[in-house]
Amino acid sequence: MQTSLKLTVAAAVLLSLGACASKPKPVAEETAPVEVVDTTPAPTETVEETVVAPTGPLAGSLDDFRVNVGERVYYDLDGYRLDSDDQEILKRQAAWLASYPKVRILVAGNCDERGTREYNLALGERRASVVKDYLVSLGVDPSRIDTISYGKERPIAAGSDEQSWALNRNGFTQIVSGSTS
Amino acid sequence: MKRILMALATAFLFATSFALPSAAQLQVRVTDGNFTPTPLAIPDFQISGTNAELARQISDVVRADLTSTGLFEMQNPASFIQKDLSLDVQPRFADWKIINTDGLVVGQYEELPDGKIAVSFRLWDVYAGEVMRINGQPGRRLTTTPDNWRRIAHKIADSIYTRLTGEDPYFDTRIVYIAETGPKLERVKRLAIMDSDGANQQYLTPGRNTVLTPRFSPSAQEITYMSYEGGKPRVYLFNIETGRQELLGNFPGMTFAPRFSRDGQSVLLTQAQRGNSDIYIMNLRTRESRRLTDHPAIDTSPSMSPDGDAIVFTSDRGGSPQLYIMNADGSPRTCPSGGRDAACRITFGKGSYSTPVWSPRGDLVAFTKQSGGKFYIGVIGVDGKGERLLTEAYLDEGPDWSPNGRVIVYFRESRPGAGPQLWSVDLSGRNEQRLKTQTDASDPAWSPLLQ
Repeated sequence: MQTSLKLTVAAAVLLSLGACASKPKPVAEETAPVEVVDTTPAPTETVEETVVAPTGPLAGSLDDFRVNVGERVYYDLDGYRLDSDDQEILKRQAAWLASYPKVRILVAGNCDERGTREYNLALGERRASVVKDYLVSLGVDPSRIDTISYGKERPIAAGSDEQSWALNRNGFTQIVSGSTS
Repeated sequence: MKRILMALATAFLFATSFALPSAAQLQVRVTDGNFTPTPLAIPDFQISGTNAELARQISDVVRADLTSTGLFEMQNPASFIQKDLSLDVQPRFADWKIINTDGLVVGQYEELPDGKIAVSFRLWDVYAGEVMRINGQPGRRLTTTPDNWRRIAHKIADSIYTRLTGEDPYFDTRIVYIAETGPKLERVKRLAIMDSDGANQQYLTPGRNTVLTPRFSPSAQEITYMSYEGGKPRVYLFNIETGRQELLGNFPGMTFAPRFSRDGQSVLLTQAQRGNSDIYIMNLRTRESRRLTDHPAIDTSPSMSPDGDAIVFTSDRGGSPQLYIMNADGSPRTCPSGGRDAACRITFGKGSYSTPVWSPRGDLVAFTKQSGGKFYIGVIGVDGKGERLLTEAYLDEGPDWSPNGRVIVYFRESRPGAGPQLWSVDLSGRNEQRLKTQTDASDPAWSPLLQ
């Protein structure tokens, strides 16, 4: 069988991946929730005999808020309503915020892993907003409260079980600024 | 580093005839219920040059692409009788019939004087005893630089797939996803990209900020996604070619769940304000945005129909997350149930439904379903009829369509505590398979066909 070959270059498409493709432009550090710094005083060597009174966290400190007030409320499955336990915690938060009027807070809404990502982002926003609204109803100036949703991106319990999921469905009140160090 | 990813010249070869043009018999039906893969023989390509290894690799990728569809079965080379195949000589069909091969691909690899490589191939219908024309030509020849050899292989596989199935091609594409590393409580999430077959994996963001839900523009090498940059969760555009990231819009609240319109000219997204999430559309040229839903329930995850007339989304206005369709212009819609409403609910099965994605063909919506402690990927007609569940696992989430609408990619956590992995499944529900990634991976999205 006779075959004649004819070559025709039909199209030449050139597409180049620019220099930055593997080196995206630098991005600013996230102002992520600030981890509480352990401010436990170092043990003091004393020659003289002194009575050291047991001390709790410094009043107005991050530890004070965490230990004596409570920083998280917990939601039912798929829920966003505050039960009486949650309301007690938020009342303590409001009272504490009244005592330390320079403090600003960020309320984060969190969800368990048993939902889809985008719906959970919306649900987390709704949860954070419910906390904010309740604090505002107790007299906290809304301008002191920011909200954020992490959806299912910020679990605090690593397990994949009912107990972990219950812990991960929370509203997290975090001191952003203005606390005693 | 400047890297030429692709420099590809295609050429049609062989202007003149082989066998007389009678209709070839070989046709693979992708939707048949009782399905048997079509046997194909693709011997290693003939070599005109020195790099036999590269020629074999190209043949391997062609075979792997076609095998990955589940539609074809590659014949064992040990069974091949004819060893003296040549691109320009008709094969001895009897030698291929006797090993029950329906289709035979004969290819030739060449090294060109300018340093480029060229691959030519022909597809033979063994039983009809004739060459199968591709775009009217009895063969195809593709040329590129040696480092870009995988795209030649994908284009050859696309040609064969399209010729045999009648479906549009999809191998010469990429998949963007979120690469996950680190312990569960301190997950690092980076934007990453790979070829459709998992080759050439690379990170696009450094992981300092959590990034989520990337989606490809249907018309350009551009992505929209959500990032927590600056501590604010917002929707960005990301240009793959330049690496440039750009904040989309000036919304006071959190923006998330972005997705391009099918023409690539707009982005649909969700804004949450004071706890309520509603859907907006932003025109990328004018940068004007328009609110599309105004409801106290959660409305999110919008996806536009290919004709741009309607939008499917997730809403919990009925008490649990379900799928709804609204008209893109906000006008009332005639619902399948008969009534007219701002939005028509299309899911009524047990459980909740979310992450709807309208198919490129327009007739189906892919979704994630959650019911009875399991997650499923499924499809449903836009009229709410014909729901089919394609997959089931501890967690299956976030489907996206191949550009030809035949394959769905999604992510799976196979059991409690297992990290997420990328999987794909044929629209028929057959051929579930894992796409291997170097790290855990989630939120896959398919690119359009590369240009």
